[in-house]
Amino acid sequence: MDASPSRPSAAPAARTRRAPAHADDAQASLLPAEEEELSSAKARIERKKRELEKEATGRRATAESMASRQRDISVSEFFAKNRHLLGFDNPRKALLTTVKEAVDNSLDACEEAGILPDITVIIEDLQPDRPASAKSARYRVSVVDNGPGIVRKQVENVFGRLLYGSKFHRLKMSRGQQGIGISAAGMYGLITTGRPMVIHTRPDARRPAHHIELAMNTKTNRAEVTTDDETEDFPPQRFLTLSSSARRLAAEGTLLASSDYVTGTSVSIELEGRYQKGRGSVDEFLELTAIANPHARITFITPSRVADDDADDTAPIRFTRNSARDAAAANPAAPAQPEPGDDKPRTDVKTEERDGIILFPRAVNELPPETKEIQPHPKGVELGTLLQMVKDHEVAQPGATLYNFLQDRFSRISPATASKLCDGVKMSSRAKLGDVDHDLAEKLFKLLQDADLPPPPTDCLAPIGVRQLLAGMLKGVRAEFYAASSREPAVYRGRPFLIEAAIAFGGELSGDDSARVIRFANRVPLLFQQSACSSFKAVVETNWRNYDLQHPRGALPVGPLVIMIHMASVWVPFTSESKEAIADYDEIRKEMKLALMECGRKLGTYLKKRARMRREAERRDVFERYIGEITKAVSAINGTDARKLYDALLTQAKKRTAVADLQLDEDGKAIKDEDPADQDGVIILDAPGSAAAPASQGLGEVKPDRAIKSRSGDETPSLLGDAPADEPPARRANAKASAAKPGKPAKAAKGDKGEKSGKPAKSEPPPAAAKAAKPKMRLDPKTGKLKPVDDGPGLF
Amino acid sequence: MAKKAAAAANASNVTKSVKERDTRTMSRIVDLADSVASKALAGREPKVAIPLRTKSNTIWNRKRGMLEMGDAAAERELFNLNQAKQFMQTCLHANSIKELIEAEKTLSLRGMFYKGLHTVQGTKEKTFADQDESDGILEDLEVSLGSLREELHIFAKKKGTMIGNITIVDTGDEIDCRRMGSGGYAIPSIVEPDVIQFKKCDAKFVLHVEKDTVWGRFNEDKFWQKHNCILTEGGGQPSRGVRRLLQRLNNELGLPIYCLLDCDPWGHYIFSVIKQGSISLAFESNRLAIPDAKFIGIRSKDYTACDLSDDVKVEMNDTDIKRAKEIAAYPWFLGHKGWQAEIDLMLRNGFKMEVESLITKDISYVTEEYVPQRLKAKDWLV
Repeated sequence: MDASPSRPSAAPAARTRRAPAHADDAQASLLPAEEEELSSAKARIERKKRELEKEATGRRATAESMASRQRDISVSEFFAKNRHLLGFDNPRKALLTTVKEAVDNSLDACEEAGILPDITVIIEDLQPDRPASAKSARYRVSVVDNGPGIVRKQVENVFGRLLYGSKFHRLKMSRGQQGIGISAAGMYGLITTGRPMVIHTRPDARRPAHHIELAMNTKTNRAEVTTDDETEDFPPQRFLTLSSSARRLAAEGTLLASSDYVTGTSVSIELEGRYQKGRGSVDEFLELTAIANPHARITFITPSRVADDDADDTAPIRFTRNSARDAAAANPAAPAQPEPGDDKPRTDVKTEERDGIILFPRAVNELPPETKEIQPHPKGVELGTLLQMVKDHEVAQPGATLYNFLQDRFSRISPATASKLCDGVKMSSRAKLGDVDHDLAEKLFKLLQDADLPPPPTDCLAPIGVRQLLAGMLKGVRAEFYAASSREPAVYRGRPFLIEAAIAFGGELSGDDSARVIRFANRVPLLFQQSACSSFKAVVETNWRNYDLQHPRGALPVGPLVIMIHMASVWVPFTSESKEAIADYDEIRKEMKLALMECGRKLGTYLKKRARMRREAERRDVFERYIGEITKAVSAINGTDARKLYDALLTQAKKRTAVADLQLDEDGKAIKDEDPADQDGVIILDAPGSAAAPASQGLGEVKPDRAIKSRSGDETPSLLGDAPADEPPARRANAKASAAKPGKPAKAAKGDKGEKSGKPAKSEPPPAAAKAAKPKMRLDPKTGKLKPVDDGPGLF
Repeated sequence: MAKKAAAAANASNVTKSVKERDTRTMSRIVDLADSVASKALAGREPKVAIPLRTKSNTIWNRKRGMLEMGDAAAERELFNLNQAKQFMQTCLHANSIKELIEAEKTLSLRGMFYKGLHTVQGTKEKTFADQDESDGILEDLEVSLGSLREELHIFAKKKGTMIGNITIVDTGDEIDCRRMGSGGYAIPSIVEPDVIQFKKCDAKFVLHVEKDTVWGRFNEDKFWQKHNCILTEGGGQPSRGVRRLLQRLNNELGLPIYCLLDCDPWGHYIFSVIKQGSISLAFESNRLAIPDAKFIGIRSKDYTACDLSDDVKVEMNDTDIKRAKEIAAYPWFLGHKGWQAEIDLMLRNGFKMEVESLITKDISYVTEEYVPQRLKAKDWLV
């Protein structure tokens, strides 16, 4: 093992450094042994006292004795005892939660700073020699990002305090919400291993990075710094030598390259965990994160050893990766990076795995649009909150008027509405906020609830977008059909939200199982409590039978299907602090169903078309199958040259089915307009071998040299009517990723990347131009009729 | 069922006319193959015209008193998904028939099924799924080539029995139908003059009964001796062989044909087929139909006329009622007052009766009283 020489030397050093840290934890400068003795003595005395009191009074406790035990509970203490509330229920989940919190923070930070995220996740197995029966082991989780870094004075607060963060007090769409995550992970690590968090952060590219080690004091909810120095070691070079494949990638310059990580943060947490693949694993989390964040590049160095019994638990992860050999052959130089200005989803950007390192490449080169922070909408505010807001505003701006308060602290209250509200509670518009008492606030609250107000602004939401959804799915899921839809924002409890859905169908997905639902909230994958989630209910309630899929009543549809649902909101209503399921609000579920139905319709059109194509292929097969028999019989009766007759009939069969294909495409507008590849938000890949198995057939004694060939090649019925016939057949994609950006003309993009060898994309101007010139049609969901679509933010 | 196909035709016996007939059939088969080949080589779609054997293509010739086939024909196309396989099967059978004619042999329908049966090259599909498919194709070929089944060297299984005052020659063997014991002479499927010749006939009429059980009753009572007639049965719906034999007895020897059938839509339709031909074999009516055949019973009125007990009533179900109305509406029944009254009475009665119901009166009531009385009184339907 390459890392072994460095580890023993590093570990004792760390221990010596940390020795004072333990001492700091104690209340006085007592040795731990002494402290323990003292406290147990105190407890003995206390117990004795209580027993005596009980005997004296006949009561179990007195108010005084109880009062003596009542004291503050620090948030950290509470969560240290209730770690399951934060997602640390068991060693496996603890490992996942730690990775998740760190990655979420990294992505948030990168996006806020306008940096395309490049994140490296490293899990090291610190007890590789443990017995196989061990239920858990010590791991070190490290997450390195290329974000803006953290200024020195904030490090303790960010990593060392629970409920400290920038995201809780604002209504803005972000992954983190409460500011519990990373500090809770550090706390869990400290509790299970006694090791502090190690942080490297470089906020300024021209200055050395900070190296800080800190442990959290659960009693005070404060971090205690044990090491604080400066280092040039960022990104930490240690990770480059963890394994032979890591060294190889480092030599290629694709692993933690200093040029990619000029600023950034690296956090390492040692914890008791369990690394196991399958559902709810770190692998799955990162895969899903990569799908929902196609703009991020994520590298994952897996631990050398996987929990032994993972084989039975890895059931249906249905995403497939290139094997190492594949990737090496197809892509010897560097993992495919999107070219600058390339605005089409690439079909050749695929997740790949090489000897324990999983690379999730970047599929698009744009950051999600920056989101705005909004004021609360009056309809989403409760009476207590309103009173608190009044108080807060009074403190912040002494002497402010009620009129100004209403306008400043709420969204969607215009000056006119504000004066109307003031009139409504019989106050002048110049009345001071200080005069608002409880009764008045209650009146005001009622007025606000009944007021006719516009819905909250929606520029606070950043949808993933149809194009990026497709790019993400394309990257992570090997299917043949992809569709996505992004709904207009809607409102629950005065908070704006937006639902997006995408589906992938066919290809390498298994067809015998229930569909897989992958759920996201603000681009964060939700891995647990699926059936409690609103999105799951929406999937079950959608009638997939309408779209030619099997769908048992009250269950998930069955088929080679992956369903993705994303909820973007300034405040996602989770059912618990561990953020595992979205609460089931009617408004949310309704929007989810509408998004799913939109994707379903596209899939239905595709499946119908595919069935039609299959029938044509079968038809041709049928003719060709019988031609040999007919030739033999006819030739035996009248002595016609069998070879000539066979060829003549075969030519006719091919011509006739070709004519039929043609008619299909030109068979009036109905079929043409419903061509699934023409729809917005749809990508279809030509899956090799998806056509019906060809009947290969010879002709006995008259065997013609051009017996029917296997038609998996260029004669595979193409679902893309406009694909040039002489083109390499491997993988074509017709991506209509129009309307990803509002205001940008919807463009019919034809992503034709040739084979996945990473060759430069061949542009096909004539078909693309022809496509673009054609007026786009779309199905009006209300009337069911096709109507022209004006080029615009065409997410319908 | 004659499972093992056996060559029935005797080469030494083939007459000159038969040879001519074979040459004619052969040239028709070659024409068919030529049309397929020439169309294919010219780049046109090979087609075979097959006259329709449906009710809509059946014409009721009132003057001749028989059903005839219309001109409508369906095109069997190779490049039609529903017809491609049948087209292939038609070609296969055409070739099989050619081989049979060349070998001067005949095969049963089942034999033909096996003759054409093999796996389509390069697939696991068999050329014929079952014998029904094969039988259908052979009927198609008959109409399409304009050749009768026997001209194609194909025969069906034996069905029907004959006994009576007649001597025939069957492929050279003289057969005295007066000396056929209790079993009778089994009517072969091919009864054309080149196979069967009538040698000596004393009979004055033919009594055709529906089933062999009734036939057995008549034979045991020596009805044919007492009344000097020929006694035949067709085992339900009579086969082509039986019908052709009856037609020849009627046509060549001038014997009237009397039918004793059940009083139900099934019996009525058997009579209709004997008398004016069937829809599916309308193209052969010329050879098969016996326009002056007579229906002597059982009649709807017999329940009261013969004073039968309630026990013989077989209630008509919905299918029977529907079928009876359908038969009444056939053009060849529509203008016939007697039959309209007969069917109407049956429907009003609401029950059917089998010939065997007369046994409730007396074991030999039907042979000793019922039929003789009706014949004497000339009480029949035509």
